[in-house]
Amino acid sequence: MPDRRTFPLGWDAANDLAKDPGLVPDPAEVDVPEELRIAILAAMARYPDSRSATLPALASAQKVHGWCSPLALHQTAAVMQVTPAYLSSVATFYDMLRTEPIGDRYLFVCTSVACHLRDAKAVYEAIAQEARDQGLEGVDVREFECLGACDMAPMASVDGRYVGPLAQSDARELVSAVKEKRQVLPGRGLEDPGFRLPWSTSDA
Amino acid sequence: MPETKVLTANLHEPDLHTIAVYERLGGYASARKAALDMAPEEVLEQLEASGLRGRGGAGFSMGKKASFVPKGTMDKYLCCNADESEPGAFKDRLLMQKNPHQLVEGCIIGSIAAGANRAFIFIRGEYEIQAKILDAAVEEARAKGYLGEGIFGSKFDLDLVVHRGQGAYICGEESALLDGLEGKRGNPRLKPPFPANQGLYQGPTLINNVETLCNTPAIIEKGADWFQSIGVDKSTGTKLVSVSGNVQRPGNYEIELGISVRDIVYGLAGGPPEGREVKGFFPGGSSAPVLTADSLDLPYTFESMAEAGSMLGSGSIIVVDDSQPIVPLALRLAEFYRHESCGKCVPCREGTNWTVKTLERIEEGEATPMDLEIMAEVQENIIGNCLCVLGDSMAMPIGSMIKHFRPEFEEHIEDARAGKDREAVPAFGAGELAAAAEAGPA
Repeated sequence: MPDRRTFPLGWDAANDLAKDPGLVPDPAEVDVPEELRIAILAAMARYPDSRSATLPALASAQKVHGWCSPLALHQTAAVMQVTPAYLSSVATFYDMLRTEPIGDRYLFVCTSVACHLRDAKAVYEAIAQEARDQGLEGVDVREFECLGACDMAPMASVDGRYVGPLAQSDARELVSAVKEKRQVLPGRGLEDPGFRLPWSTSDA
Repeated sequence: MPETKVLTANLHEPDLHTIAVYERLGGYASARKAALDMAPEEVLEQLEASGLRGRGGAGFSMGKKASFVPKGTMDKYLCCNADESEPGAFKDRLLMQKNPHQLVEGCIIGSIAAGANRAFIFIRGEYEIQAKILDAAVEEARAKGYLGEGIFGSKFDLDLVVHRGQGAYICGEESALLDGLEGKRGNPRLKPPFPANQGLYQGPTLINNVETLCNTPAIIEKGADWFQSIGVDKSTGTKLVSVSGNVQRPGNYEIELGISVRDIVYGLAGGPPEGREVKGFFPGGSSAPVLTADSLDLPYTFESMAEAGSMLGSGSIIVVDDSQPIVPLALRLAEFYRHESCGKCVPCREGTNWTVKTLERIEEGEATPMDLEIMAEVQENIIGNCLCVLGDSMAMPIGSMIKHFRPEFEEHIEDARAGKDREAVPAFGAGELAAAAEAGPA
C-alpha cells in the first residue's frame, strides 16, 4: 500500500469511464441495519437542512461497518437520499473517516509541533514497533496531527481516550491493553477522576 | 505574577459539569437576565462596550462582529467554533470538559445579541469526551427550559445542537466550518460576503470561539466597565493561555492581558528544562511567526505581539529550547500545513508541498543555499493569495524562522551535504585507517 501521508487514496487509479454514475439509491431496494437507519434519521431531524447530517451519518455508518465502505456509503445514501458519490467526496476529506478497511478502532499518536518538541516521534515509533511485534490487528495505528492536548505531550488518543504524557517505555503496556481491550493506562487518561499532570499543583 | 481567574475560577468545584452545581454557583443568572430583563440591543451594547476581542485567533471585537449581523425576520444563526485544532492550543478543551454550561450560557447570550434562533457548537471529532459532556449539558439545559421554545419563559426561541466534526484543521476557518456544518467538504468560501451577512444556509451567521462566548456571562453579570478594568488598552479581560513545548509545567494558565511573556513562560510554566535556554517561541500557536528570546520581556497583548511582528492568535505559547534544531521543527510544521491544506487554492496547496520538499532536501543533504532563497520566496507568494489564511499560517512562521535563524539553516545545509558526501564517496584510504584503528596501536 502506498504511504497515504504522501499519496492520497486513488491518486493512481483511473476512472472507470464505461460505468454509469451512481444514482440516489431507492430506499425500497436497500437493506439498512435498523440501528444505522435510526441513527441517521435522528441526526437528520436535528438540522434545518438534512444534508447537515452528513458527518454524523457517516460517523454512524463507520461505527456499524468499521469503515466507510462502498456498502456503508450506499446504505447511508439510501437513507439520506443523496448520491453515494457525494458521500464519498465528504468521507475522503475528513481524517477520522476511514476509506480503507484498516480497523474499527483507532490509536492516534500525536506527533505535531508541540509533541514533536517533546520527542513524540520516538514514542510513535516505539508504539508502531510494538504493534507489529504483538501483531495488533483491527486497529488504525497512525501518527496524527495536533489532537489538542499539548499539555500532556507526548500523547495518544485510543478511541477518544486521551492518555499521556507518554514515554517510549509505555509502548508495550499501551499496545497490550489495546490488544486485550482493557482500559489503557488507568489513571493517566484525561477524563479519569482526579487526573492531574505530574507537575500540576491543581486539578485544572 | 499569579494567575487571574475569571473563566476558570470554579474549575476546582467537583461536578461543575452538572447543571445543579453550575446554578448553585450563580450560573444561568446572566442568560436569564439577558433573556428577560434586557433588550437585545442592550446585550449587544454591553458586549461591544466591554472591548471583548475574539479569542480564536484574529482578535476581532466580538461585539462589533455581532453588530454586523443584520436585523430583520430572516433566519439567523450562531455558530460556536470549537474546532480547536491549532498545534499548541488546548484551552477550549479545558473549558468544555470542565465547565460546559458556561459555554451553553455564552451561546444563549450570543444568540440573544445576534437575534439568532438556532445555535450550533462545531466541536472537533477528536474531542469525543468533551462532545459527550456538552451533549449532556445541552440536554440538561433543555429540560430546564433554558433552551427550546420560549427560553426562561421569554418569547425568545433557541435551539442548540452540538455538531461533531470528523478531523479537519481547515474546519476551524469560519467559512470552511460553515461548509462542514452544511455537510460538505470543508472548503473555505470567497469573502465577501462575510458570514455575518451570508453564512450558514445563506443566512446571517455570528461565529465565535469557545473562550469568547465563555466570557459573555461574566460581562452581562458584572458589566462592561468591570471587564474593561481588567487588562490593558484594547486588550481587555483575561486570557486563557496554553503553554506547551519545552517548558517544565505545560498547561493552561489564565492571565490578565498585559503581563510579560517571561512571567508566563518562566513564572507560570517553570521555564525550559534545567540547563536549557529559550531559543524561540510561537506566541500564538503554530501559525504565529516565531519570536526569539529577545522578545520575552514584551507584554502579552494583542498589540505588542503584532508590533513585534507576530500575533497573539489563540493565546498558545509553544516554547522551543536551545537543544532543538530548527530544520526538523520547520519540517514538522510545514508537514502539518501540507496535510491540512484543503487544496482549493493553488498557492497554498503547492506552496505547502514545495516547502516540505525543500526542507526534506535540506535534511537529506541535497539542498544548496539557493534553496533557502527559493523557499523564502515561496512563502512570500503564498501570503495574501488564498481564500483563507491556512497557507499564510505556514508561510509566516517558516518565513520568520528563515529570518531569525538563517545561519543555522545554512549550517544545516552544509553539514547535511558534507555528511552525504562522506557517505557517498569513502575518503581515500578509509578502509586501511579503520583496519589500523581496529588493530590498535602498534
